[in-house]
Amino acid sequence: MNVLKTDNITMQFGGLTAVKEFNLELNKGEIVALIGPNGAGKTTAFNMITGVYHPTRGRILFSEKSTVEGKEVYTEKDITGLRPDQITGLGIARTFQNIRLFKDLSVLDNVLIANHLRINSNVFEATFKLPRYREEEKQMVEKSMNLLEKVGLAECKDEKSSSLPYGQQRRLEIARALATNPSILLLDEPAAGMNPKESEDLTVFIRKIRDEFDLTVFLIEHHMQVVMGISDRIYVLDYGITIAKGSPYEIQNNQRVIEAYLGVDEDA
Amino acid sequence: MKKNMIYTITAIIVLFVLVYIADTTLDSYILRILNLCAIYTVLGLSMNLINGFTGLFSLGHAGFMAVGAYTTAMLTMPLATKQMNFFLAPLISPLDKIVWPFLPSLLLAGLLSAFVAFLIGAPVLRLKGDYLAIATLGFSEIIRVIFTNTQRLTNGALGLKGIPATTNLWWTCGTAAFTVFIMVSLINSSYGRAFKAIREDEIAAESMGVSLFKHKVLSFMIGAFFAGIGGGLLGNLIGAIDPLMFRFFMTYNILLIIVLGGMGSITGTVISAFIITIAQEFLRFLDEPIFPSVPALPGLRMVVFSILLMVVVLFFRRGLMGTREFSWNKFFGFFSKKPLAKGGAE
Repeated sequence: MNVLKTDNITMQFGGLTAVKEFNLELNKGEIVALIGPNGAGKTTAFNMITGVYHPTRGRILFSEKSTVEGKEVYTEKDITGLRPDQITGLGIARTFQNIRLFKDLSVLDNVLIANHLRINSNVFEATFKLPRYREEEKQMVEKSMNLLEKVGLAECKDEKSSSLPYGQQRRLEIARALATNPSILLLDEPAAGMNPKESEDLTVFIRKIRDEFDLTVFLIEHHMQVVMGISDRIYVLDYGITIAKGSPYEIQNNQRVIEAYLGVDEDA
Repeated sequence: MKKNMIYTITAIIVLFVLVYIADTTLDSYILRILNLCAIYTVLGLSMNLINGFTGLFSLGHAGFMAVGAYTTAMLTMPLATKQMNFFLAPLISPLDKIVWPFLPSLLLAGLLSAFVAFLIGAPVLRLKGDYLAIATLGFSEIIRVIFTNTQRLTNGALGLKGIPATTNLWWTCGTAAFTVFIMVSLINSSYGRAFKAIREDEIAAESMGVSLFKHKVLSFMIGAFFAGIGGGLLGNLIGAIDPLMFRFFMTYNILLIIVLGGMGSITGTVISAFIITIAQEFLRFLDEPIFPSVPALPGLRMVVFSILLMVVVLFFRRGLMGTREFSWNKFFGFFSKKPLAKGGAE
């Protein structure tokens, strides 16, 4: 069953069509990759799904999970045009291509902030530290510490997030995204700047969190080793147009994909 | 943890004793300066919440102060004084019939300021950086012009005179202490973290589910609430207010305090509020003729502060404290000679 579907979403910036009629379907528990040459519109597609851009045309549909009489019920919801924080609230979290941590704040604070959207106490309860807030704060810290432990950052919880090495910053960003209780996780080039060993670890790590947090993962990636090793399905964009989709094997042997990546020999 | 609580309570008691001693022994000139220090602490903290912690470059503080000062003055003035003030045109009802005690007047001043902040913030807070600064600056000028022209409500350009001098050291220091408590508590709560997240990176904050609109307006309103209270205290300290008091210069003074103390540091704001206010008095000799042959240069005093601001911005971008804060552990660690590695306090 699919948890997210996009229906011909198109993004135009003036005369430029960055993404044209993109149709995505994410099934529950899948790891799906989006690849394509530089400037193909991958991040634009991401930004449309997460609400940073409003698609010029098309709809984005999200299956919202709710529990009715003890049963899990999924209702399809049109999330086109919602604000990023509303979309995160529904359960779609993301990381960024160029890491966007809260640089001056501590590692723990970074994760705690992502818990804020689920808070029930109002600002008075929070300021005067009333019982309900204290309980929530305790739970938030507990949950955040748990997450930090999972990504191996519990020891440096009080360090400034910008002082962490690059690889750990990427992990912190993932931990922060997980703290929003997502059902879909969008990763924008999680392996960027990693060496082969680190990207291998990352592959294992993504699988692990997918299973542990019952996630559906959608990622943009350039490292073909990572993409081919991890994805159940792959979408390929070139100049905003979906030129191929399918299993890693199908994509590897697709003529148009090879052309897009390597170019075409004019004489042939 | 418990220990620090005891220290804090002790510090508050010491503060009370000091206020009592000061209130009974010091002369009115020094008391006035101390009162101003405490009021500027309140104003600095309120502006620091908006500018330093939430990262909204707002220059509308004088406007909020004006709303607060006029509200408190209009509510606390005795009826006879009101009649004397409004000799050009009569005061509109029901203000000509009511006199409120100081505390509820101050609270209403804060609430009204916060309400005005909501009205102005809702449309304007989608702007960023310099654009927000220009829009809020414009807002505070609009407030001033409105107050100049609503003769029957504010007595226009004539201003209000004979406002009861209710403000004393107890009021000002009490409010300052209360404001410090609220700010520290708010900043260290989940909401405070959300404010800081917006300051650090708006896009990331929004993607982590922090509603930008809600939190920006919230910070703006809380800031304006305390600015209104600060304005009210100021009006009832000086005893006379007029629209010209709330020009951009007022905002500039508070901006100077928070930039010097460190944007995003409560401790820094408190320290620099005292330094700036006291320095403004002690540098008065600069406005007078220094050498018999040179005529006086009124305003030379302010040149010192302008240069100070430039030096801070050029060489000490983060101000006195940066974003660091006072804590008892650091305080005692400073005095204990033991190095950290040998079991000294952290």
